Amino acid sequence: MAFARIVVPPRVARGEAFEVRVSIRHPMETGFRVDDVGKSIPRNTLREVVVRYGDAIVLRASLGSGIAANPYLRFFVTARESGPLAVEWVDDAGEPGTVRADVNVA
Amino acid sequence: MSAITDPMRRRWIAAAGALVGGHALAQVMPTAEDVPGIRALDEYRAGRPLKFGRLKLVVPRIADNGNAVSMRVVMENAPAGDAGVRSIRLFSETNPVPLMARFDFAVPPPRVEIESRIRLAGTQRVVAIAELGDGALEADVVSIIVTLAACLDGS
Repeated sequence: MAFARIVVPPRVARGEAFEVRVSIRHPMETGFRVDDVGKSIPRNTLREVVVRYGDAIVLRASLGSGIAANPYLRFFVTARESGPLAVEWVDDAGEPGTVRADVNVA
Repeated sequence: MSAITDPMRRRWIAAAGALVGGHALAQVMPTAEDVPGIRALDEYRAGRPLKFGRLKLVVPRIADNGNAVSMRVVMENAPAGDAGVRSIRLFSETNPVPLMARFDFAVPPPRVEIESRIRLAGTQRVVAIAELGDGALEADVVSIIVTLAACLDGS
């Protein structure tokens, strides 16, 4: 079960930029490592992380083995309406995940 | 004669200062020659020139551990509206997968700043490229000494 956290400011002003921080617990297995008996460990990374604000996609992050385990992202979004900010992803093993926060636009 | 008030001495100090300053400037402002040959990067560029100076890739100069290296890409005073930043890509010189990350903005972000942690297979140069609305590419190159590479070679 994926565990993730998202942080947005408690209140944001309309039209202003606000900071979003996302942390997802995931091994981001590169596929280049081998286990103790020399068997290759299959790749399992987050390929695409999509950030949705309300109905619109604001950011699409294509990650892979070049991103550290337990990916962390910090970025900025323009405050428009109060509503959900959702981060969704699927890993190479087909396991989906999502984390969301409510944006309060004053 | 007092060495302290000797005008030649002052001139020497000023020249030395200019040299040091010039060197520091050369470090923060890379040129196209600093960009390593990365096939994925060349394919993406497709001959388009890289401009330097606006995009900043902030990483430590020495990383103890290549498994997680903090990384920040910033562009101050980025153009707004249709001319704004559409995407940011991160390329590695020696990683087995050269394109480390790609960030696509549906609308140009209000503030061009992305932070994450990257994995690096050894000491290398890392290139960040931002694509603007008109297709122009803004780039930055940084050398990182990685004392312990991320275990990527399978040995």
